[in-house]
Amino acid sequence: MVSAGAGHTDARALAVVGTERMAGLARGAHRDVVAVVAGAVAAAWVVVGLLGWRVLTPHDPALQNPSDRFARPGVAHWIGADQFGRDVLARVLAGARPVLVVAPLATALAVVVGTAVGLTAAGLGGWFDGVAMRVLDAVTVFPSIIAATLFAALVGRSRLVLILVIAATFVPIVARGVRAATLVECAKPYVEAARLRGEPTWSLLVRELLPNVRATVLVEATSRLGDAVFAAATLSFLGLGEPPGSPEWGATVSENRVWLTLAPWTLLAPALAIASLVVAVALLADALRRRVDAP
Amino acid sequence: MTVGSYLLRRLAAIPLTLLGASLLVFATTVVLPGNVARTILGREASDASVAVLNAQLGLDRPLPAQYLSWLAGFLTGDWGTSATLRAPVRDLVLDRLGASMLVAGLAFVVLVPVALALGLLAGIHHDRWPDRLISGMALGLGATPEFVTGVVLLVVFAATLRWFPVSARPTPGAGPLDMLWHLTLPVVCLVLLCCGYVARHVRASTVAVLASPYVRAARLRGMPVGRLVRTHVLRNATVPATSALGVQLQFLLGGLVVVELLFDYPGIGALLLRSAMDKDLPTLQASAMVLGAAYMLIVLAADLVYRLLDPRLRLGGTW
Amino acid sequence: MTRQGLRVGDLRAAYGGEPVLHGVSFSVEPGEILGLVGESGCGKSTLGYLLAGEIAPGGQVLDGRIELDGVDVLTLDPHALRGWRARQVGIVHQEAAASLDPTMTVGAQVRSALVNSGVPRSASAQTALGLLSRVRLPEVETLARRYPHQLSGGQQQRVVIACALVGNPRLLVLDEPTTGLDASVRHEILTLIAQLRAELVAAIVLISHDLTLIGQVCDRVGVLYAGRLVELGPARAEPGDTGLLSGTQHSSSGVLDTPAHPYTAALLASQPRLGQSRTRQPLSAIPGQAPGPGITVGCAFAPRCPLATATCRAGEPTLDPVGHRRFVRCHFPLDTAPLDTAPPDTAPLDTAPLDTAPLAGSPAAGPAQPVGPPRGSALLEVRGLTRRYGRTVAVDHVELDIHQREVVGLVGESGSGKTTLARALLGLATVGEGTLRFQGGELHPRLARRTAETRRQIQLVFQNPDTSLNPRQRIRRILGRALRTLRAGQDTVEQVVERVGLGAEVLDARPDQLSGGQKQRVAIGRGLVGDPALVVCDEPVSALDVSVQAGVLELLAAERDERGTAYLFISHDLAVVGYLADRVVVMYRGRIVEDGPTDAVLAGPHHPYTAALIASSTGQSPPRDPRSLPGPVPTRNLGCRFAPSCGYAMPGTCDIERPPRRELGAGHHLDCFLEPGELPLVASLSSAVPTTVASTANQTQGASQ
Repeated sequence: MVSAGAGHTDARALAVVGTERMAGLARGAHRDVVAVVAGAVAAAWVVVGLLGWRVLTPHDPALQNPSDRFARPGVAHWIGADQFGRDVLARVLAGARPVLVVAPLATALAVVVGTAVGLTAAGLGGWFDGVAMRVLDAVTVFPSIIAATLFAALVGRSRLVLILVIAATFVPIVARGVRAATLVECAKPYVEAARLRGEPTWSLLVRELLPNVRATVLVEATSRLGDAVFAAATLSFLGLGEPPGSPEWGATVSENRVWLTLAPWTLLAPALAIASLVVAVALLADALRRRVDAP
Repeated sequence: MTVGSYLLRRLAAIPLTLLGASLLVFATTVVLPGNVARTILGREASDASVAVLNAQLGLDRPLPAQYLSWLAGFLTGDWGTSATLRAPVRDLVLDRLGASMLVAGLAFVVLVPVALALGLLAGIHHDRWPDRLISGMALGLGATPEFVTGVVLLVVFAATLRWFPVSARPTPGAGPLDMLWHLTLPVVCLVLLCCGYVARHVRASTVAVLASPYVRAARLRGMPVGRLVRTHVLRNATVPATSALGVQLQFLLGGLVVVELLFDYPGIGALLLRSAMDKDLPTLQASAMVLGAAYMLIVLAADLVYRLLDPRLRLGGTW
Repeated sequence: MTRQGLRVGDLRAAYGGEPVLHGVSFSVEPGEILGLVGESGCGKSTLGYLLAGEIAPGGQVLDGRIELDGVDVLTLDPHALRGWRARQVGIVHQEAAASLDPTMTVGAQVRSALVNSGVPRSASAQTALGLLSRVRLPEVETLARRYPHQLSGGQQQRVVIACALVGNPRLLVLDEPTTGLDASVRHEILTLIAQLRAELVAAIVLISHDLTLIGQVCDRVGVLYAGRLVELGPARAEPGDTGLLSGTQHSSSGVLDTPAHPYTAALLASQPRLGQSRTRQPLSAIPGQAPGPGITVGCAFAPRCPLATATCRAGEPTLDPVGHRRFVRCHFPLDTAPLDTAPPDTAPLDTAPLDTAPLAGSPAAGPAQPVGPPRGSALLEVRGLTRRYGRTVAVDHVELDIHQREVVGLVGESGSGKTTLARALLGLATVGEGTLRFQGGELHPRLARRTAETRRQIQLVFQNPDTSLNPRQRIRRILGRALRTLRAGQDTVEQVVERVGLGAEVLDARPDQLSGGQKQRVAIGRGLVGDPALVVCDEPVSALDVSVQAGVLELLAAERDERGTAYLFISHDLAVVGYLADRVVVMYRGRIVEDGPTDAVLAGPHHPYTAALIASSTGQSPPRDPRSLPGPVPTRNLGCRFAPSCGYAMPGTCDIERPPRRELGAGHHLDCFLEPGELPLVASLSSAVPTTVASTANQTQGASQ
């Protein structure tokens, strides 16, 4: 006997499900809108960094104009001028490039070295892992900003130093994260299966393990990128990065701190520039992490 | 192992780590380009006077000897004298340390309940508007450098609204209330930075706990949400957060340097920076060591609290 | 209100838009236990949740009612639902440990449940202790102050059951209550359930994939397939029908004895029973796979049914009565008349009763019995093998021989050391002493130091197909790497895949696109690459559905027949091991306690531990010496490891030194202080039909206190 009631329940099912799916899509789209906006902001800064300040303003950021000292935001200078009469907008735009050079390079270096260390430590285990972890522990005795401060202050200001110092403080973090993810994979039987058939160690690491920790590496890279912008700006604020006179944002904020009450726009503009880039990168990293965690 | 034996093990490891740290600190000072004595005296000084100062500072001895004598001095309480600030280093450092710990302590006291509350709220209402709001702000604020939030705070609340002073230096002779008023902005700045990360951690563990089998079992026994949260969620979600707090202490201490500079506050962070710039070695070394030791002790404390709160770790063994 | 029990009517549910339950209807009387059995994906978990009024996120109930004592759960508003859950129903999920809050003491959790159900806080402590006693937990005052992680698995499960009993529920739902527990503990929990059934007068629903379990404790059974109830009826013949012979037509018969639906019959035939051997009675696998959620045309089982006709494929059958309280959803149900040749408590099997089964190789073998494969020379010799993890000794002076072409079954529960032993053979567990000899030469204890040739000769098939294949590689790559590194040049990946019964399209897939059975076949193919002389199979079918297991077991056996590989087949399931193995080795806490030909070991006399394993897998309580006094024997690591749990332990003998080896003839030996004549013999093994736990529970209840 054929069952009769199948038809109408299916229609009901479809109706109920339809609305569920719409709600889900709406939620997803909202989150994606945020990510898209963040991506646009970050991309905009990258464009400015690549093409230079000429893109948006006729003023030369290095041009001093005593007659325009502390000019308020207005038609002539859209965000006003600083104590030397330099156009603030131009300086902010010019300040993008140093950060956009330092942060990605430092991150890339940290990710490459950190991944290699973490992957090898977890994959080889034994004494190598023990030594590596002790060394990493010793390096993290000091909070990273303080360590970076110490080093940069002693060695001197230069972009290269900044990159190396930031990378050095990030390597332990990346190594820890990759090592943890690799250890999880190492416990799985497919790794043992590879060992049992005599795969050489480097092949184990690169062929079997690395593809499975790809996601972690990606998440670490994007998280560190945001942190790198943070660190570069902070170290410049502390006077440890760029040479004096550079329009870099952190340095500018530090320089103009004294004009807090007199010309706050000289402080606010670079500060908000930093905030916009850093938040954009953080939101992108978060969106990526979410995509990776729940594909 | 029990908490007691764990504590002993960790405490025993501290001197060793500090020794390693001292080596690191000393090593970095060795990397200095140029000559310390010359930097102090200036470029025009004669070579003879530079040599004399070098000998005075003991910089002409072989490196291991320098390290050992410094270490010996450090351990016995003789931390030398600051050439640039013309004061005994120990008094300087300890005084500044107290000031910094005050700010850090206040920030911590405010941070913990606020972050826990926000994280719990976001987790309980996850994927709805309170969560999106809290998570978004937490993410943004956590990513923004302290000096940026500090600058915005200063511009809005100090320069424009004039509710708070621009400098965090307390007026000499004034009472604790005056001090708190001066410290409000820097404390808020630090809290804003660290709160985000902790709140997001608490949110994540709240969501995980709410989805856990034991909460589901309790729900299937008819327990209402309020009682669920009080009985099960609170403890289980906040315990992992203590490890997040531990990580945040890194940022808290690091942020001290920036905040002290920005708000013109005489703390140990500012001292560290200043001495690094001036190549004031004794002060620099002492400040770095003290900060490192303080950091390690704080991390140990956080770790201990975490172990005490989780019965699986507290009682150890059989599982 | 009179108790009416549970009535489920025409329940339809969907998940993510796809229907997962299609019109399920059944009823459970108060005081009755209904077992719902089915494989993964049949919808039993969804049903289990729905019985508590819980709809998983993304799920909807499309139609139907779930009535307990006249109240339809699905119509309750949230407040009423909470009250209903607190007082009317109790749920026990699998993985008891996860159902308990790790940061609260056990007593506090029970009290919290009590307060929630309306018991005043002042009385809750006393009531909590009472509940804990009710689930037969010892020393409840001390135990209540412990945290979940300090309790054993069985104790944790009892606490979860205690929480479910809060409020004296009218409905108790148990979802896989014994998965993950050892055999002896499983028996205790089942006894507890049977005892509670008598005390509670509640309707009890027990959901499981394990047919044997259902048969041991349930009154009635419902078989679920693809979200439909395909069969419903008494689990076994009614006890009152003893001795009835041919002629009577209305006498009831059990679903598990005489299944009416082809799926039930196929399921029963695809699970090895204790004592069943491949040489005498091979399993029959069910081809294909169960359909996923969705709408099908015709009978859901038709694609896999050997009896399917055009009628079956055209229209779906309805659940029709086919006997006294029996229903089946089939156009052509099987004959369910009780068999008239044998009394109901003996199984209608066509095997010779096992206590007269000939030992392998003996000339007194019965007529037309296929002889097992000839034993070759010793392939692997293990002497004095000890392995440690830190301070724990996982393997303690083990001696073992594996011969060419031989299938040695290694049986043990968790903590027996069987996995460590396997890893030691493969060179992965290296801390310890002992010698290994392979093919006449010495075998280095560390994998890294062995020659490539040796590596090729000893391979492994893992338990969990999900994690034993690299999720980021395609099958072609996985098998290709194996072929290359093991230098099995002649074979191609296509040939490997074909040998294990898969099509070539599998090669371009990733593991997550294959089913569990397919993945395990790939793993077996990989293990057999290079023609190893010895393959260690570590629980190769435990993670698979029952209907898929038979096919994989058959594949392993076929490969052995063709290539002459020797296997070390490890499992906790004595029935599965006994099905394939020529010899059985029983391990307990790091030591081998018994070793001998399969039939001899299963027939008895047995080592007390082996006897306990056999007994609990057939629903009997572990045998004990009637003269011995109950009570723990103090342990010192010197004596027999099993003494503290042994029903025959003799204080002053068993706890002093290691037990001596007893030779029982023809390569069968065990270690015990008992004389061979005193060794236990588990009765009614010939009947391979498990007796019910309920009857033994009644016996023990009558006998104790």
